[in-house]
This record gives sequence, C-alpha cells and structure tokens, in this order.
Amino acid sequence: MNRFFAALTLATILLAFPAGANEAESQLRTPQGGWPQSGIFGTYDRGALQRGFLVYKQVCAACHSMNLLSFRNLASIGYNEDEVKAIASEYTVTDGPNDEGAMFERPAMPSDRFHAPFPNEKAARAANNGAYPPDLSLIVKARLNGEDYLYSILTGYTAAPEDMKMMPGMNYNDTYPGHQIAMPSPLSGDDLVSYSDGTKATKEQMAKDVTQFLAWAAEPHMEDRKRMGARAIIFLLVMAGIFYAAKRSLWRDLH
Amino acid sequence: MAGNTTPTDFGNPVINWIDKRLPVFTMMQKEYGVFPTPRNFNYLWNFGAIAMVMLMVMIASGLVLAMHYTADTKLSFNVVERIMRDVDYGWLVRYIHMNGASMFFIAVYVHIFRGLYYGSYKQPRELLWILGVLILLLMMATAFMGYVLPWGQMSFWGATVITNLFSAIPLIGDTIVTWLWGGFSVDNPTLTRFFALHFLLPFVILGVVFLHIAALHVSGSNNPLGIEPKSDKDTVPFSPYYTVKDLFGVCVFLIIYAAFVFYAPNYMGHPDNYTPANPMVTPPHIVPEWYFLPFYAILRSFTIDIVIPFTDIIIISSKLGGVLLMFGSIAMMFILPWLDTSPVRSARFRPLYQKFFWLHLAVCITLGFMGAKPPEGIYTVISQICTFLYFAHYLIVLPLLNKYEKPLPLPPSIHEAILAQKK
Repeated sequence: MNRFFAALTLATILLAFPAGANEAESQLRTPQGGWPQSGIFGTYDRGALQRGFLVYKQVCAACHSMNLLSFRNLASIGYNEDEVKAIASEYTVTDGPNDEGAMFERPAMPSDRFHAPFPNEKAARAANNGAYPPDLSLIVKARLNGEDYLYSILTGYTAAPEDMKMMPGMNYNDTYPGHQIAMPSPLSGDDLVSYSDGTKATKEQMAKDVTQFLAWAAEPHMEDRKRMGARAIIFLLVMAGIFYAAKRSLWRDLH
Repeated sequence: MAGNTTPTDFGNPVINWIDKRLPVFTMMQKEYGVFPTPRNFNYLWNFGAIAMVMLMVMIASGLVLAMHYTADTKLSFNVVERIMRDVDYGWLVRYIHMNGASMFFIAVYVHIFRGLYYGSYKQPRELLWILGVLILLLMMATAFMGYVLPWGQMSFWGATVITNLFSAIPLIGDTIVTWLWGGFSVDNPTLTRFFALHFLLPFVILGVVFLHIAALHVSGSNNPLGIEPKSDKDTVPFSPYYTVKDLFGVCVFLIIYAAFVFYAPNYMGHPDNYTPANPMVTPPHIVPEWYFLPFYAILRSFTIDIVIPFTDIIIISSKLGGVLLMFGSIAMMFILPWLDTSPVRSARFRPLYQKFFWLHLAVCITLGFMGAKPPEGIYTVISQICTFLYFAHYLIVLPLLNKYEKPLPLPPSIHEAILAQKK
C-alpha cells in the first residue's frame, strides 16, 4: 500500500507540477493532420519548411526580423549550397571598415544573418503605429503550445463581436490574449505567395507552412535530438537490464 | 588517521607504494568496499547515490556551458542561443544542464521525504540531517542564480521578485537589496555576480556533500526498519551489493532524465524565458521553477499586515510575514531532530506518524500546485490552510505524537525481521 502511495506521489510530482504551472489560456486550433514534427518520431516536413520560408520571406519579413538565423542555416531545410548563396545575394549588407576605413555595401553571403526589416526598435515602432513586431527566431518556443498558438493567431482574424469596443488601429483576433492585436491579418487572402511545388496557397496552408518553418527556426536540432534520444534510451535500458540481472544474481545467494 | 592505518596489500606494487604514503585506496576500501551496510534497504535508498550522480552531471555540463557563456545583459540571451544552435552538441549540454536541475531536485526531494518517513534525522544522525538541509539551501540558491543567467523574461523578473524579498527586512532592507543588485535594479552587475556565484556554489555544495557523507560513515546508514544493525548478519559489504544496486537505480533514473532531455526538454521550463529580458514589460504571471513552487505558495500565503491595535503602525507587513514564513518552513527542517523525539525511527512502527507523514506530503504537493496559480480567491485560501498544516505538522503534531503515540513493537534485529517476512 505504501509503495503504491509512493509511486503515485512520485508520478504526480513528475507529471502534474509543470502541467499545473503552464495553463493554457484560450482555445487553440490544430490544423488537420496535426504537426509532422510532434511526437517521439516526428520529423520536419522539408517541403513545408521551404514553403514556410517563402511565406516568411515574402509576407512576415516585411515587419518581423529573425536575428538568430543565418542564410547558411537554410541548408538544413533542404536548399543546396548554390540556392543558399542565391537567396543570400538577394540582400545587401553593410560591411567594413575596409582598408580606407570606410563602410561599404556588398551582397549578403550565407554566413550573414537574415536581413532585418528595421534598423532598430524605434524605427520598427514608428513604422507600425507604435507596435513592435517581435523577432520570430524563437517565437514557437516562447509561447505556450507554440505551434497551435501561432497557427491559431494566423487563422484567428474574424469580425469583432458587435458589443466589443476596438481601440483605433487594432484588429480583432479570437486567439490573442485580450483579442485586440496590433498586427493586421498577415495572411488576409489566398495565393499571397506562389508555391513552386504546386501546393495551393490557401490561408490555412500558408499558416500551417510558416508555423512549421518557425518551429524549425526555434529548434533546428530537434531531429538530431530525437535520433540521439532513441540511442541513449536504448543504451540505458540495456545497461539497466544488465545491472538488474547482476543485482539479482548477486543478492540471490544472500537471502 | 595519522599514520596508524595498517597498510593493506592490494597485490599491485604501484598501488601499494602510493597507499603506503597516501592511504586513499585503504580509505576507499574501508568506506566503499567493505563498509558494513544494512542489508534491508529498499529502492528509496538509491536516491542518495542518484543525487550524487546528478551533482556530477551538473558540474560537468555546467563547466562546458561556462566555457561558452558570457555574462552581459546585452549578450547573454543570444550567447545561450548560440550554444543551442552553433556550438557542437551545445543543445545537448544545455538541455542536460537545464533538465538536470529539475532532476537533481526530484532526486533530493525523494531523498528528503525518505529521510522523513524512516526517521533518518534522529539521534545519532542529527548533524548528518542538518548538513543535508544545508545542501538543499545551497542548491536552491544555486538553481535560482543559474535560472537568471540566460537573461530571459522569467530570469529577469524572477530575479527581481526574489531579490526584492530582502527589502522586507525592517530598516536596512532597501540598502541590502541595493547591495545585492550592485545597483538600483536587477542589471548587469547583478548578472555578472550571479554568474560568479553560480560557478562557485556547486563546489561549496560538493564540500558539504563530502561532510554529509563523512558524517554518514560515522553513524552508518539508517534502514527501513529504523533499528541499528546488531551483528554481521544484519549487514552486507557496500560493494558489490549496493554499488550494483545503485548502478541499477541510477540507470533507471537516467532513463527518465533522458526522456525529458531528448523528448520534452522544455516541459519543465517556462516559455517566457525564450523572450529576452525586458525591464519595461512584466509577464502576466511571474512563476518560479517548479521546485520552488511550495515555498512560493507559503511566501504568498501571508496576506495581511499585522498592526498595533487601534493604530496604523505596522509591526509585520504581509511581505515580511511571507518571507519569515518561507524561511521558517526550512527552519522547521533544521530543528526537526528536536521536534520529533520519539525513540522509534521508522514510520512502519508509528501508525499515527505514518498517517501524518502522508498528510504532510499531500500538503507539500498541494502547496506546489498553489504556487503555480495566481494568488487570488480560493487559491489563497487553500495556500493558507496548507501553510498552517505545514507548520502544524512540525510544531503541533510531532510534539503531541511524542507524548501520545503508542509505537508498534520493534523487531529484535534486521535479519530476524527479514526471515520472519519470508515465512
């Protein structure tokens, strides 16, 4: 009986504490079919990541930076070296000082960081009605149930209820805490981007793709992590088995 | 110790040569080889070894992290992300360290409650127990300061809330807080000193752990029956019997640890800490790491100012009251050996104490849940009831049990108890 209590208590401590600490605040939506990257064996869908990158590049990047990513990181979502170079060279960066002590402009290289839309926070606020578009590098890890939350925000723009007084310049969103969000619906209609793989760029599809891209951006080593985890746990299970057998045979003679 | 150890023959001339001059091998042989250990440990006795392994894991992973870390409010957040993204296996080391803190606390909490259940704090192990409580305090300080280092939102606001507790000290409180911060708010000087202390304290813990084990090897281990071993029949040599059993226990624990590191590395963390610290934006709920939640609930349960009647003069502000209660909750553990003077150690033979033990555990867990909730409405009431029950356990229940509890008869010896159980 006491052993049962002890096991029960341990299980409660392990499971319930953090769950209690992180309570969901609003109803979130998961896209049909769920997220390919979730679960023990989940991996990123390279096609979705590339489509999501396109959405970020052509829609989100107008206001949101991704300061923690470099163009070279795109190699791990399936672009080859030349493609990464080509993507980087679309941007110009300021480098220097050169031997004459002057700063100069040059095309971006794979080792450069993603191009930020605004030089600083003040410029970003000035251009966005006083609101500051957050950096998206870690956004999926910085929100509870990050993927569902982001997808729900992106697909959560509806008409405000009649009795709701909206502040000027704010938009109604059914997921955002307080329901008033400064960001206008970024994926306002279908076909904002044209996918090269023939996928139809519906609002939901774009939201799903860009969310997966941002999930990868927040946790680029997730696949390595899960692969190594399987090996580590199998190794530990074998070791535990060996030690248990050793313990059994050793203690058998004793009792 | 001085020179009178009989040299042991280890069969290897090099080892013999060293041992004659510095008897470390003789010591290891005595303390971990043939060390007589009660033969009736259950698996709860694994958690001492597990905690030791966790301390080693934390020091090793922390050392690697420190090589790549920079303590600077402008750099720290991105430097940690650089470890996560660009340092070879940096993500692994960082997740090992991050989840290791939680696993270390799990191991230590099980270790503590095991001690409570089987009366391991009683004569002659009072100092051993007190050293253990000291380790817990040092761990709490270390974990708190370590959580500040990534300089995320919870790092900053957690540091602000906790350091502000010291401002509750009458008269000199504000001065102390300024001194702790090295400025007028949590800022760069706070971060750099927290990093220095976070690096130092684990080695202080290691020192106290050494004393904890030294004291253990004087009194010997307690055991589930709570009676002292009387003859050789009651004990087994520590090695190989308990080295192998501990290795098995450590492996099982590491499996759970690995499951978190590899498959749910952020489960025990808080999403807000992936947002860089911003002194201008307060998160809606400032919540400490889960292992502090019971203490956090006790802290917040004191909600009224105590005033001199018919005046406005506050004797104990709600803040000071909460701080006193929180430190008092740990002080209870320091004086526990003198609160519970029942000569019977193990709860197996104390029918009433056993029930109150489970109640006490339930109270601590409930406090943990309440610590995660906003301090309002029913949550505050539950916290207050549980805080009362927490202190009542030590200050009312235990002294009363000393007087009125009738313990069950103790078995004559460990091996006879084992034989009786087998029949």
